Amino acid sequence: MKRIKTSFKFIALSVVFLLLLTGCDVPVLQPQGPVAEQQYHLILWSLVLMFIVLAAVFILFGVIVFKYRANRKRTDNYDPDHEGSRKLEFLWTIIPIIIVILLAVPMTITTVRLDKNPSPEKKPYVVYVTSAQWKWIFNYPEEGVESVNVLHIPSNRPIRFVMTSEGAMNSFWIPSLGGQKYTMNNMSTTLYLEASHPGKYLGKAANFNGKDFAHMTFNVMAQHQDAFNQWVKKVKANSPALTMSGYNKLLKPGLVDVTSYSSYPKELNTRMETMMSMDKGGGMDMSGMDMSGMKGDASHE
Amino acid sequence: MIYMADVSIVLVSIAILVILTYFKRWKWLWSEWLTTVDHKKIGILYILAALAMLFRGGVDALLMRTQLAAPNLHFLDPQHYNEIFTTHGTIMILFMAMPFLIGLINVAMPLQIGARDVAFPYLNAISFWLFAVGAMLFNLSFVIGGSPDAGWTSYTPLAEKSLDPGVGENFYLIGLQLAGIGTLASGVNFAVTILKMRAPGMKLMRMPMFTWSTLITSIIIVFAFPVLTVALAMLTIDRVFGGHFFTATAGGEPMMWVNLFWIWGHPEVYIVILPAFGIFSDVISTFSGKKLFGYGAMVYSMLAISVLSFVVWVHHFFTMGNGGTINSVFGISTMAISIPTGVKIFNWLFTMYRAKIRFTVANLWSLAFIPNFVIGGVTGVMLAVAAADYQYHNSYFLVAHFHNVLIAGTVFACFAGLTYWYPKMFGHILNERLGKWTFWVFVIGFNVCFIPQYFLGFMGMTRRVYTYPAGLGWMPLNLISTIGGFLMGIGFIILVYNIYYSARYGERDTTGDPWNGRTLEWATTSPAAEYNFANVPEVEDIDAFHDMKQKNKVKEWLNKPIKDIHMPNNSGRPIIMAALFFVAGFALVFGWIWLAIAGLVGVFITMLLRSFEIDNGHHIHKEDIERTEREAGRIS
Repeated sequence: MKRIKTSFKFIALSVVFLLLLTGCDVPVLQPQGPVAEQQYHLILWSLVLMFIVLAAVFILFGVIVFKYRANRKRTDNYDPDHEGSRKLEFLWTIIPIIIVILLAVPMTITTVRLDKNPSPEKKPYVVYVTSAQWKWIFNYPEEGVESVNVLHIPSNRPIRFVMTSEGAMNSFWIPSLGGQKYTMNNMSTTLYLEASHPGKYLGKAANFNGKDFAHMTFNVMAQHQDAFNQWVKKVKANSPALTMSGYNKLLKPGLVDVTSYSSYPKELNTRMETMMSMDKGGGMDMSGMDMSGMKGDASHE
Repeated sequence: MIYMADVSIVLVSIAILVILTYFKRWKWLWSEWLTTVDHKKIGILYILAALAMLFRGGVDALLMRTQLAAPNLHFLDPQHYNEIFTTHGTIMILFMAMPFLIGLINVAMPLQIGARDVAFPYLNAISFWLFAVGAMLFNLSFVIGGSPDAGWTSYTPLAEKSLDPGVGENFYLIGLQLAGIGTLASGVNFAVTILKMRAPGMKLMRMPMFTWSTLITSIIIVFAFPVLTVALAMLTIDRVFGGHFFTATAGGEPMMWVNLFWIWGHPEVYIVILPAFGIFSDVISTFSGKKLFGYGAMVYSMLAISVLSFVVWVHHFFTMGNGGTINSVFGISTMAISIPTGVKIFNWLFTMYRAKIRFTVANLWSLAFIPNFVIGGVTGVMLAVAAADYQYHNSYFLVAHFHNVLIAGTVFACFAGLTYWYPKMFGHILNERLGKWTFWVFVIGFNVCFIPQYFLGFMGMTRRVYTYPAGLGWMPLNLISTIGGFLMGIGFIILVYNIYYSARYGERDTTGDPWNGRTLEWATTSPAAEYNFANVPEVEDIDAFHDMKQKNKVKEWLNKPIKDIHMPNNSGRPIIMAALFFVAGFALVFGWIWLAIAGLVGVFITMLLRSFEIDNGHHIHKEDIERTEREAGRIS
């Protein structure tokens, strides 16, 4: 049994490597952080189980269809009144149940775990994310700076994204770092991601939100803490400040270039924090939220 | 180029009008088809409309695939692309898959249970015409006013007036509303028909599997469609009357739409897959020359699926931030569906064990269904793994998955059912050689089209993008996928040619039983007479007709004394009522309230007239029936 399992794992992995060999970038299967990695392991495990199912059905299908074709030589095993077998039916009820359990247990563990900081020993860095028609706005409340259509994060440190949307909903997705979560108007959601090492990754909008949706991508620059601090310093020194009217102009539907601002209206932080506390009170996001880090991230796991 | 689909629809309509006028067939059309309450004719009308919609939706698909064949193409602009993927999804699910299956149900189900018609023939006509005007209104959007462009899911707040000010979304709302009311009525109609009108001796556990699947589907329709009706009405109130059910800024709850949509939407998936399961069960059993393996398990597994279909809707938005516990619960309930489905797959396989499998076209579609659907099934289980779904959600992995279940399940079943029951509808068989060409070209094209999309999903390609940049390595797989899409288009063209070819040269079915069938629809003539059966058959076992043939009782049954048969009258009112609904709907789309009210008053008057009408139907006389049966060579 062990050997069978390893060989299926081998098949699954070879499919993965076949893809990688073609030289393509396959971010979902090349995790660059602990969140994506946990999801990658789940994906691999489900691939293994599903290859077992596929193999069983395909082989049985091939054998039966070939063996019992009407124009075969000997048809003396034709049995028109054969109509069922409790034993067999029990067998193929119980096997899917086992497979579901084998999948459901790790799923539940990972799914519950991903609600929380993936590296509890490290203090998460907070970024406020706002999606608008067709741009991504990132506020860094600890530094007071803002960037548009580019996301800078310190590497090797969990990031707590607190997210909302202006207008249509969207979904914030950085495949290399981990799965996505919706951004919704008047609501906040929280997503933890972490880049294990410095690098440039592609981020995207995953939920359709109108005309220029396809162009709503951004680069994620994961840098060492020092380099990240340098970037913040540079933005503070060189970039213009963002006013409320400038912000409202930014929200108008359309495409904008990559930009950064040395400061942004404090109002935006208050707005985000109000939403967070409202969601804490009775919103749908309760169990998904990290309550402990609610106010300015005073505490962390 | 963009309006190719519309232009062709308009041209075809004009061609039909010209041909009708030229051959002076207007009266025939009115009295034989437009006013008919005969379930078989209504079924044929449904299927014709569904084939037209398959063409329209298919052209949409090919336009999209052409646009995505290479990076940075400008074949379609983003607005057109958004309209096209919206109409493609909506049309394929609501105006192609559903009516195709409802058409097949109409044709076959009453015959399978030995009934003379459905329980409410008049209502059946209303259902069809409501669907027809709903589809017409929806398609009209491309010609007048602009198409809906917020996806077939029409998520708020994007679909709200503030973010989508045109009338396109109104077409979606009203078109679906009208068709949805028709579907709801069909659900009631079919359920009552099956529960009340079975031939003597046909206990529930003796019904053909297709009839069982229809019964369960009808019950799902009755529970699920009111949710759609209410949700559409609420969004219509938002958009046309300035309501705030789903607006983001004025205290509405946009995510409630997402929930309501999928509370209907997930059962809807099973509404289009369970009848498919029924078709495959009947076809595989027939062409294996064997009883269905595990009849009871097949029924109970469908019942289990129907219950589970109502408790999995959250898996469409694991990424909404529901929290790990909720997501896990819905992940497990979703995976649980694979258990009864797995049972069905193995039961189909073992129906063929020790069988004599005939590779007719109908059976080829059913055989191809098994491996192809299992691919869609296992990827569905992968998507149910909530934490992993965060990485698949809204990616091409998802797109590949649902096409893999909907095409290998529903579309293959429509083709299998069409081929299987074609002689029962038209009295001749679809050419098998051309059918095999369609089969192979379509099935190969289907796999070439959708298998690459799983990998595109892993590469991070999101759905609904109208283009993608070069340099991500997405082009080869997209190009392959496009080629596959066109192969499917060629398969469809061969099918259409086959319909023409077979009408002219196809083998006539004089026996009424061309496949050595097992269920009662094969016990009558092809095409079945208006009254279906001169005498209602008596049922003693599962596979009633096979049983009659085994016991040599067919002749005895045919020679029973014939009596007058009571049948319902045709009526022009359903189509008039639907036309008035159309007027009201069209007015509502543009916010012309007074015209809308006038239309609805008209609808109400037609209802009132029906209420005060005394219509006792008519009798087909014994002598006429005897003549018909004698001409068919069934009695001497």
